Amino acid sequence: MPTKIEKDSLTGTDTTGHEWDGLKELNTPLPKWWLYTFYATIAFAVVWVVIYPSLPGWKGVSGWVAREAVVADVAAAQAHNAPMLARLREATPAQIVADPELRAFAIAGGRGAFANNCASCHGAGGQGAVGGFPSLADDDWIWGGSLEAIQHTIRHGIRSNESDDQRQSIMPRFGADGLLTRAQIEDVAEHVLSLTSRATDQAAAARGAAIYAEQCVACHGERGEGNRDVGAPRLSDQVWLYGGSKRDIVAMITNPRAGVMPAWQGRLDPAIVNMLAVYVHSLGGGE
Amino acid sequence: MWEKSVVAAATASAALAPGQAMRAGEVTFVEAPIRAFAIATAFWGVVGFLVGVVIASQLAFPLLNLDLEWTTFGRLRPLHTSAVIFAFGGNALLCTSLFVVQRTCRARLFGGDDAGWFLFWGYQFFIVMAALGYVLGITQGKEYAEPEWYVDIWLTVVWVAYLIIFAGTIMKREEPHIYVANWFFLAFIITVAVLHLGNNISIPLDVGSSSSYAAPPGVQGAMIQWWYGHNAVGFFLTAGFLGIMYYFIPKQAERPVYSYRLSIVHFWTLIFLYIWAGPHHLHYTALPDWAQVLGMVFSVVLWMPSWGGMINGLMTLSGAWDKLRTNPALRFSVTAVGFYGMSTFEGPVMSIRAVNGLSHYTDWTIGHVHSGAMGWVGFITFGALYYLFPVLWRKQAIWSEKLIAWHFWLATLGIVFYITAMWVSGIMQGLMWRAYDELGFLQYSFVETVEAMHPYYVIRLLGGLLYLTGALIMAFNLWKTVTSSEEAAPAPVAAPASAIAVAAE
Repeated sequence: MPTKIEKDSLTGTDTTGHEWDGLKELNTPLPKWWLYTFYATIAFAVVWVVIYPSLPGWKGVSGWVAREAVVADVAAAQAHNAPMLARLREATPAQIVADPELRAFAIAGGRGAFANNCASCHGAGGQGAVGGFPSLADDDWIWGGSLEAIQHTIRHGIRSNESDDQRQSIMPRFGADGLLTRAQIEDVAEHVLSLTSRATDQAAAARGAAIYAEQCVACHGERGEGNRDVGAPRLSDQVWLYGGSKRDIVAMITNPRAGVMPAWQGRLDPAIVNMLAVYVHSLGGGE
Repeated sequence: MWEKSVVAAATASAALAPGQAMRAGEVTFVEAPIRAFAIATAFWGVVGFLVGVVIASQLAFPLLNLDLEWTTFGRLRPLHTSAVIFAFGGNALLCTSLFVVQRTCRARLFGGDDAGWFLFWGYQFFIVMAALGYVLGITQGKEYAEPEWYVDIWLTVVWVAYLIIFAGTIMKREEPHIYVANWFFLAFIITVAVLHLGNNISIPLDVGSSSSYAAPPGVQGAMIQWWYGHNAVGFFLTAGFLGIMYYFIPKQAERPVYSYRLSIVHFWTLIFLYIWAGPHHLHYTALPDWAQVLGMVFSVVLWMPSWGGMINGLMTLSGAWDKLRTNPALRFSVTAVGFYGMSTFEGPVMSIRAVNGLSHYTDWTIGHVHSGAMGWVGFITFGALYYLFPVLWRKQAIWSEKLIAWHFWLATLGIVFYITAMWVSGIMQGLMWRAYDELGFLQYSFVETVEAMHPYYVIRLLGGLLYLTGALIMAFNLWKTVTSSEEAAPAPVAAPASAIAVAAE
C-alpha cells in the first residue's frame, strides 16, 4: 500500500501520505475553537433536553407544555380586552359613538376586523370595487347608512339565506325572462342614462321613459332616486355597482346580478359586529 | 464531441493541475455521458432560474399569473424548486460524482458508457415527467416530493442504478483509500434513496389513476415529509455538494486539503446529526413538543459539523489566496463556501423555537434557502463547470475569463439583492403579524402585511434577473469554450508532469 508522508513546505504540516488524482490531504489537528464550540453546543443540547420535553414520555424538569403556554397567552389577551368587549356587546352603536372611550376602542378594533373580514370585497379603505362590491366610504347607501342600518346589514347579511332578517330583494330578469324586448331594454337604458344627462338618443329615451314608468318606478323611484327599503340603488348619480355604461345597464336589465353578503352574526362576536358598524359608519358616509 | 475518449489517467486533468501527475497505468474513463450531464446542468440551471424569475415577478405583480391554470404561481413554484434542486443540482451531482469517482479511484465507471447513458437519459426522463405533472396539476402536494407515484417508481429505478454504478466503481478502485469526496457522494446517494422511499409510500386512488393517497396519516405524515424535506437539503444540497467542494477546491487551488482529521469528524457528525433535525420545520404545530425540542437541539449541535466543511474548504486555500486574482472560477468555489458557512449558521439560529416563532412562514425562510441555493449550491456548481468544460472537451481554458468575472459579479450582486430583500421583508412580515396596538388589537391585517412586501418583492425580482443574466453569460461562455477555445496541446505520455496526453478515437 503506497503511502508517502510528506511535509507541506508552506504550513510545515505532514500529509497523510495518500494521493488521489493528484490530491493530497494534510494531517492538521482539529481546530481547537471548532472543537470547543462543538462541545459547547452538545452541552447546551444536554441541558435543553433535561429542561424540556425531548423524548417520548419525558416531560422535562420545567414542566413546560407548548399548548398550555398558548392557552395562557390567549387567555391573557382576552382578559385584557374583556371589560371593554363586554361594554361594547351591551351598548348600541349610537351609545358607543356617544362615549369617546368606547368609540376610540371600537374604531381601533373595527379597523382590524374590517381588514380581516370585509376588505377582500369592499377594499382596504372600504372603497369598494366595480362588479358588485359597494363603496362604504361614500354616502350612497343601498340599504341605509345609519348606525342601526349598517349594524343590521352586517348582522344579517344580504341574500345569503343565513338569517330570516336578511336584506332581500330581487330585480326581475327583464330580458332573460322575456318581459321586455331587446329594443325596449335599449330604450329603458337610454332613459336611465338621461337621468344623469348622458342620453344621446332623446327619442329612445322618451320611449324608454314610458316603459320605465311601468316597470321600474316601483323600486327605483320616479326620478331614479332609489329605495333603501328594497335595496334598489339610486340611478340618478354616478355611482354604479355593476358599471354605468349603456352596455352595462343593458346587461343589468337583461339579466340582473344580485350580490350576496354573509350574515356575520354567529360568525363574529356581537362586540366585533358593533365595532364594525361604528368603524364603517366612520369611513365617510355615515348618516 | 461525443466520442469515447481514451485518456491517460496519469494526466487526466493535468491541464489545470501541472505537477499533479499520477503514478500508474492507463485507465479509460467514461466521459461522454458526463459531458452530457455537464451540458444538462447548465441547461436546467438556466431553465430553473428563469422559472424562478417568472414566479418572483408573479409575487410582485399578480397579474402575471395570466389567469391560466398552467401558469399560476401554485403550479410554477414546484416547477422552479424541482428544476433548480433536482434538474440543475441533480445533474451537477451526477456529472461531478461520476467524474470524480473515476479519477480518484483510478477506475473506469462500473457498467461503462452504457450505464452512464442509462443514468443520463433515465434522469432526464424523470425531470420531464415530473415537470409535466406540475404544470398539469398532477401532484402529491408534498414540498420537494411533488411527483406522483409513477414518477417516484421510475426515479427509484434510476437511483438504484446510480448507487450500483457509483459503489461498483469504488469497489473496483485502484487506489487503496477512498477519497473524502466519495464519502460524501456515497452518503448522499444512499440517504436520498432511503428518504425517497420513506416519504413516497402511497396508494394510488384506483388502478390506472395518476393520483395517490399518502400512506402515513396526519401529523405522522407531516413528520415524515419534513424528515425527507430537511434531509433533501442535508444530503442532496449539502453532503453531495460538499463532495464537489472536496474535489474541485483543492484542484483549483492546487493545495492539499486542510485537515484529513476534520474531514472525518465533520463527515460522521454531519451524517449522524442531520437526519434528526427535520422537526424544526414543524415548530408550533400539532407535532408533539418532545419531537420539536429534539429537532431543535440536533439542529443547534449541527452548527459545527456543518462549519467543518467550510473550514476545510477555506483553509485549503491558505497559501493560495493569490489564485483568486488569477482564477475567476476559483472565486465561485470559494464564495460558495462563504455562503455555505453563512446559511449553515443561519439554519441553527432559525431552528431555535423562539426565533422560529418570528421567522416561520415568513420570507426570511425564503431568503435563507436562497442564500444556500444560489450562493452555495449554485456557485460551487458554476466553479465546477468552469473547471470541467476545458477538461472534458480538451481545451486549454475557458473561452473568456472576463465573462467568468462578469458572471461572478452579476450573480453575487443578484444574491445580495435577493437575500437582503428577503431578510428585511421576512423580519418585517414576522413583526407585523405579531404587532399589537395599545388597546390590545392586532395592529395590521394580513392584507396590509402583503401590501408592505411589494417593494421587497420587486428588489428580489431584480436580484433574480441579475442571477439569471449571469447564468446566461455562463451558458454562452461554456458554449464558446466547446466550439471555439483552443485545443489543449497534445504531448507525449512520458513527458514532464505539466503535459497532457489525450488520445481520442
